Amino acid sequence: MLGYLARRLAMTVPTLLLVAIAVFTLVRLIPGDPVQVMLGDAAEPAQVAQMRAQLGLDQPIPLQFVHWLAKLLTGDFGHSITDNLAVLPLILERFQVSAIIVLVAVGLAACVAVPAGLVAAWRQNSALDLAVVGSATLLLSIPSFWLGLLLLLLFGLKLKWLPVIGYVPFSENFWQAMVFMVLPIATLTMIEIGVLTRMARAASIEVLRLEYVTHARAKGVPEWLVLGRHVLPNAFAPTWTLIGLVLGHLLGGIAVIETVFTLPGLGRLLVDSIFARDYPVVQGCLLFTAVIYVVVNLIVDLCYPLFDPRVTLA
Amino acid sequence: MKVRANTAIGGSLMALVLGAAVTAAFWTPFDPLRVNLRARLQPPSSLYWLGTDEFGRDVLSRVMAGAATSVVVALLTVALAIAVGVMVGVVTGYLRGWTDRVIMAVNDALLAFPGILLALAVMIVVGANKFGLVLALGLAYIPSVARVVRGTVLSIREKEYIEASRVIGNSEVYSMLRHVLPNAVAPVAVLATSMFGWVLLAESALSFLGLGVPPPAPTWGNMLAASRPYMESAVWLGMAPGLCIALTLLGINLLGDSLRDRLDPRMAHG
Repeated sequence: MLGYLARRLAMTVPTLLLVAIAVFTLVRLIPGDPVQVMLGDAAEPAQVAQMRAQLGLDQPIPLQFVHWLAKLLTGDFGHSITDNLAVLPLILERFQVSAIIVLVAVGLAACVAVPAGLVAAWRQNSALDLAVVGSATLLLSIPSFWLGLLLLLLFGLKLKWLPVIGYVPFSENFWQAMVFMVLPIATLTMIEIGVLTRMARAASIEVLRLEYVTHARAKGVPEWLVLGRHVLPNAFAPTWTLIGLVLGHLLGGIAVIETVFTLPGLGRLLVDSIFARDYPVVQGCLLFTAVIYVVVNLIVDLCYPLFDPRVTLA
Repeated sequence: MKVRANTAIGGSLMALVLGAAVTAAFWTPFDPLRVNLRARLQPPSSLYWLGTDEFGRDVLSRVMAGAATSVVVALLTVALAIAVGVMVGVVTGYLRGWTDRVIMAVNDALLAFPGILLALAVMIVVGANKFGLVLALGLAYIPSVARVVRGTVLSIREKEYIEASRVIGNSEVYSMLRHVLPNAVAPVAVLATSMFGWVLLAESALSFLGLGVPPPAPTWGNMLAASRPYMESAVWLGMAPGLCIALTLLGINLLGDSLRDRLDPRMAHG
């Protein structure tokens, strides 16, 4: 187990290094001089040169990369150009918002999707199955930002049950914060139910066909026990892997949800800094999201044996 | 029965979208860019079937022109991602060894970015325009195509007919093009279908954020973003582009399902 952990961790090192190289290169490929952007067009050449030296931009590119990487490893992601705040604390603060939405939504979606997929697979090709698959496909096809706008229109503007714009941090007032989170979480949950139900159904169909299911039935095990004890745990394993991918995917796509509901999350931070040409923040957000994605998939891999005891982490 | 319903509904939805896109290239009821301040925010009527927007532009014409943009971007992106991805996948999967390890390491690092984030990052460099979008989204989806193709090729190259081809003296390149590639078509076709849907969704999401095709050129994503201030007073503004995206995705998802059922009959019947 420890040996596997060490090897799996070692595997992420080259990936993360390549990610760092990619982000570093990308930001340097952006047309335009960041120093000129920071100082404005009216800046004196001497001022520009001084700023350049201060940021280390007058050094050769490989040297810049090494310095940048060394700073990253100490947690120094640089400072925002617009308000000179340290990038990492800023990202962490915004990440809390995104993480809560994504985690709660995926958790809720899995609670609905896995049983729904199981039941649909159990009665494959029945009217019930058709209804489940049909609704899942429909949910999957609605773009999250439109669904969000529709929910906002219905519950915020027409029924006036929930606020349309605003945000209260969880640390300030939990219940009030929750009120602002209901719609974004509901939106993502509905979309993810579509994705996960189809996956859970496909996995359950595979399992229902296996001999131990037939065997359990032949032994006279009640049907609900067959589904609950034999099919569900085995069908959950492949769905679990997908949940890791879904989490990462959501982190990438969260910007649109945060835009619809005007929430100060990580995705919104990234988009805003792109518009403001605040490259240290852009760089930090891209890097941070990629690292989280790698870490989430690592955790998913490490938890896999909990759901599928046949897989041992040797 | 179910497979046929999927094909029929999915096919008609896609035919509708493609039809609208092709028609828009030659004709739209009004000029999608013509501003008419005397006809601002008109609800749907016999003249303006889907109403008009905040500049008095005809929503139906804009939705049609948006279909053309979305379809062109999605098709070009899928073509780019498939072309490069298949090349990378076939070469690495067939040659294996050192080449494979290096290319796949880079590939997996790119996969460590969620697709839309990678596209967003590339958009910063290439700038918000149609071809930048194709490049950005294409790059974002190449790694997944390369992975799928490599996996397929790895299993195909162990088949006896490939060995036979090698034994009778065919070159590696010939075996690859003549025998390996055609057998990778089915999984790639399924992937391309779902990719068309992902790309369309990603393109509208980027346009919604203001990082895709810039206004005034209409896309479903930027129309939806522009409709937000009028969400309550002019509901039709958000309904038209939103429904267009949803119905197109539904069409492509249903078609994808029926394609998968046909190519992988294991899933169709229990």
